[in-house]
Amino acid sequence: MKLTLRVWRQKNPDTPGAMATYELDGVSQDMSFLEMLDVLNEELIVKGEEPVAFDHDCREGICGACSLVINGDAHGPERTTTCQLHMRSFQDGDTIDIEPWRASAFPVIKDLVVDRSAFDRVIQAGGYITAPTGSAPEAHATPVPKADADYAFEHAECIGCGACVAACPNGAAMLFTSAKVNHLNVLPQGSPERETRVLDMVAQMDAEGFGGCTLTGECATACPKGIPLFSITAMNKEWLRATRKVKR
Amino acid sequence: MALTFWQSTLGKKIVMGATGLIMIGYLCVHLLGNMKIFFGPGEFNAYGHWLRVMGAPVLHHEWGLWIARIVLLASVVLHGVSAYQLSRRDIKARPQKYVHTKPRASYATRTMRWGGVILGLFIVWHVLDLTTGTTHSGGFQEGHPYQNVVDTFSTWYGNVIYIVAMLAMGMHVRHGFWSAAQTLGAGNRTRDRALKAIANALAIVLTAGFISIPVGVMTGVVS
Repeated sequence: MKLTLRVWRQKNPDTPGAMATYELDGVSQDMSFLEMLDVLNEELIVKGEEPVAFDHDCREGICGACSLVINGDAHGPERTTTCQLHMRSFQDGDTIDIEPWRASAFPVIKDLVVDRSAFDRVIQAGGYITAPTGSAPEAHATPVPKADADYAFEHAECIGCGACVAACPNGAAMLFTSAKVNHLNVLPQGSPERETRVLDMVAQMDAEGFGGCTLTGECATACPKGIPLFSITAMNKEWLRATRKVKR
Repeated sequence: MALTFWQSTLGKKIVMGATGLIMIGYLCVHLLGNMKIFFGPGEFNAYGHWLRVMGAPVLHHEWGLWIARIVLLASVVLHGVSAYQLSRRDIKARPQKYVHTKPRASYATRTMRWGGVILGLFIVWHVLDLTTGTTHSGGFQEGHPYQNVVDTFSTWYGNVIYIVAMLAMGMHVRHGFWSAAQTLGAGNRTRDRALKAIANALAIVLTAGFISIPVGVMTGVVS
């Protein structure tokens, strides 16, 4: 396959970036999208140019490190992570636009790498449970109904990649935050902080400068893990409930 | 708690959803009342008069009307201010556009902001035209709403403004009703089809119902 790549190049956060065009030949359809970028980078290094910086880690679709907006879609045309996207999803001779996640809460560090530590701070605000450390608790001591366990797991699938923020026209982190809130709020282990969790995580989400929800549904369409849009509805319900229960 | 609400993006959106539902409720009642225009000037003008004595003898003359006006004005203002502040925030949260863009979401969803501005301007015109008569064409007659409605829809611009605004209202309601349900936490997988069906039905019935009035005047059914 012969491809024309238009890649966002930006030296550092303070320098304005621009799209740069590269021709890449000899791409196999069996390569993953990231392997294709590895080939590009090897060519750039041979030519003495600066390789394209991009985030990646497990390359198995489970860590949430890889990002990239490919032809305007977060994680590209398939419903998976960029590392699990393969070049067979493209045609020989295609022009592919590769851009970083765009949101003021996710500033560009270099090229395609953005700073997603805003997500970490949202998690720190309430994405945890208080449990005594030490020996493992007796598994049968806390029964969880099957329906609740499934519901929690559906939301626990969120890998925190940030595709929802990248896809949202408002740069909102509602789907991410709601996935974390619903995951823990439905479980007995998460119930002591049920109200403060949703209030604190939403407050932190706002403080990080993410936008608000206009229910366009772009987040749920882009999510590689299939977190449903109704996750946001459920968080709204939890938040309303918490404002009634907690006096602040 | 009120402060928690107003300072949070979720709280502001809940204010928008709740005030939006109040306004949709008003539109339904407003449409039912307006349909009396098809039963002649006697019935329509009597209905207009009743609005002033609504709630009597508990309420003083025009009190019911003024309570409704205050609730509606508060709803419009809260809805608009929340929308403005949230939109400003949303635009700030996504300062840089993607180079590669594609059309996203439905037309109704994408036009919520400017559609809302159009509706806000329409409400001002509508009140100046048929409540105060300030911009009314052909001599506004206090206490003769039937004739006033006929006058308005006897001008081409009256028809154009009204019909365009009602189409914008229909689309606003279509996304707005469903959105309000999600924002207020009432949506879920099993209810979604029903909520979308209600949103579409509301949009179609309200739009068609209100547009039937200028069409009635234009075709001579109402004269």
